[in-house]
Amino acid sequence: MVAFVLRRLALLVVALLVSSFVIFAGLQLAPGDPLAALSGGRSLPPEALEALRAQYRLDDPFLVQYGNWLVHAVQGDLGQSIAQRHDVATIIGERIGVTAQLVALAAVIILVAGVGLGVLAGLRRGPVDAAVLVVTTLLAAIPSFVAAIVLMSVFAVQLGWFPAVGAGDGFADRLHHLVLPAIALAASALAIVARVTRASVREELEREHVETAVSRGLPRRLVLRRHVLRNAAIPIATVSGITILSLIALSAVVERAFGINGLGATLVQAAAAKDLALVQGISLVLVAAFVVGNTLVDLVYAVLDPRVTVGSRAA
Amino acid sequence: MSAPLLEVADLAVTLPVEGERRTVLHDVSLAIGPGEALGLVGESGSGKSMTARAVARLLPGGAAVTGSIRFDGTDVTALRGGELRAYRRSVAMVFQDPRAHVNPVRRIGDFLTEGLRLRGVARAEAARRAVAALADVGIPDGERRLRQYPHELSGGLLQRVMIAAALLAEPRLVLADEPTTALDVTTQSEVMAIIDELRRERGLALLFITHDLDLAAAVCDRIAVMYAGAIVEERAAAVLHDDPLHPYSAALAAARPAVDRTLPRLAAVRGRLVSAFEAPAGCAFAPRCAHAQDRCAAELPPLRPLDGGAVRCARAEELRGRLAPQEVAGG
Ligand SMILES: Nc1ncnc2c1ncn2[C@@H]1O[C@H](COP(=O)(O)OP(=O)(O)OP(=O)(O)O)[C@@H](O)[C@H]1O
Ligand SMILES: [Mg+2]
Repeated sequence: MVAFVLRRLALLVVALLVSSFVIFAGLQLAPGDPLAALSGGRSLPPEALEALRAQYRLDDPFLVQYGNWLVHAVQGDLGQSIAQRHDVATIIGERIGVTAQLVALAAVIILVAGVGLGVLAGLRRGPVDAAVLVVTTLLAAIPSFVAAIVLMSVFAVQLGWFPAVGAGDGFADRLHHLVLPAIALAASALAIVARVTRASVREELEREHVETAVSRGLPRRLVLRRHVLRNAAIPIATVSGITILSLIALSAVVERAFGINGLGATLVQAAAAKDLALVQGISLVLVAAFVVGNTLVDLVYAVLDPRVTVGSRAA
Repeated sequence: MSAPLLEVADLAVTLPVEGERRTVLHDVSLAIGPGEALGLVGESGSGKSMTARAVARLLPGGAAVTGSIRFDGTDVTALRGGELRAYRRSVAMVFQDPRAHVNPVRRIGDFLTEGLRLRGVARAEAARRAVAALADVGIPDGERRLRQYPHELSGGLLQRVMIAAALLAEPRLVLADEPTTALDVTTQSEVMAIIDELRRERGLALLFITHDLDLAAAVCDRIAVMYAGAIVEERAAAVLHDDPLHPYSAALAAARPAVDRTLPRLAAVRGRLVSAFEAPAGCAFAPRCAHAQDRCAAELPPLRPLDGGAVRCARAEELRGRLAPQEVAGG
């Protein structure tokens, strides 16, 4: 267990190092000027530009710039956003909440609706099963930005049940604002989870140990709970965990579509503006969230399945 | 025999296979008295497991059943809901492959106490009884075992756990479907001895399914021989081997390999075995039978009483005493 946590910490450090370097190099190679956003299209006098380039150390060689950034980042200083003229850590702090809430709400939708539909389809053959298959096939095929547009035009614009843009304030208002984005974000992952759940339930129903439980005169409810769903929970948890983690990256698309000022939308803007420090900062947070989330999935997996020791599923 | 505990009469079972109905049992009749052990012997595919499944009401979905199965006077085939579950609790099943038949993600303790807890036994008391049951099947360190998971136990130990679980249910009938086939040879005899001893001690009725005629003879009071979905002979265990009435029983008895051979015993019966669904109109064994005549292929005779047992062979009376095992030994 200790070894597992240490291994995961090492993995986290390596992932952060590699991703930060790749992002740094990528933005360096991309066209565009980081100062363009600052000058707002006006052409600044050459001395002013010179001063700014010196202030943000834009003329240092690439490796020196990266080394500099790294030294500060290790000390907890993620630098300044050139475009927003703000502390990167402060910007992240302001925006991380709404993204976390969006992903969390999408996760709840996936677990409730995806697992629920999957269990239903797994246990009932016939029309229920067929309906779930059709719905999940549709959902899986729709990209999240299309889902966002459709949901917005139907439920926000035409029916007016939900607000079309923004994130709202206070718990109830926030929830009201995030329902449509969360559904758009959850849709295709929900379909995958429902499919996997259905297949796992079917597979477990056929297991010999389920027959043993039936042969002992256990009520069906208990057979399903203790022997079918309990065992199916192992693959379901793993797949749900991984698909939910993938939403962290996907949230950018939905945040942009619904005008939500979250980490994802900010990341897209920052990348467009070549705002290196901000892109780096947000990416680090996302990569860290992914690695930590993945570790949690592995822990859950080991808790659910006594045959595996912690960490045997992956690195 | 006193009134039988289990009485199966004219049992036939068909299963849907690729849109057709396939006969897997076409005429099974047997009876087991309280505390009596009946061996059910026959080649692979003859329908032994299906018979046990029909009795335990564990047939696959879509199975159509005709004939009757009575347990202690009640018609088992008509049971539904709570009554069916109560019946299942009085009939315990010991399966061939404990590794597959015990839930791998639950503790041995859960497996053993699940049934007891269902009947309202308190947790501590259920655990105490489980430990005692493990001791009965020769597992001394029960408390530790209760906390273990199935993958931490060997196949032999796990089969003992399954037997302990069956006994904890305090059943009146135990259905054991090749309980030792998945185990290695030394473990086999230990497990068999445990089943035999505990059954006698507690006066449980037993339906013991095996390929092994000698093993059945050692453990059971009577033996029923199955062929292609039907019982062909039923005799006292003591006489079946040396004085078989049906040519197939004789072939089984003769097909005993030398002790040092590991070939499955029944591989030595000449000819290919047939399943119920592909059996010809008359006696299914006729094509392989050294004593077959034209009339054997025309019509399947009923199971009829003879010499204190029952036999399904048109020539049984003529052949009586001439079916000593060595005569029909096949290669
Ligand atoms: N689920 C099923 N669907 C259709 N046919 C089946 C099914 N299970 C078994 N059968 C058929 O039923 C017949 C009897 O099978 P059964 O399992 O009772 O044989 P058995 O005597 O127990 O053999 P073994 O010694 O190999 O366990 C076989 O012909 C088999 O092919
Ligand atoms: Mg079988």
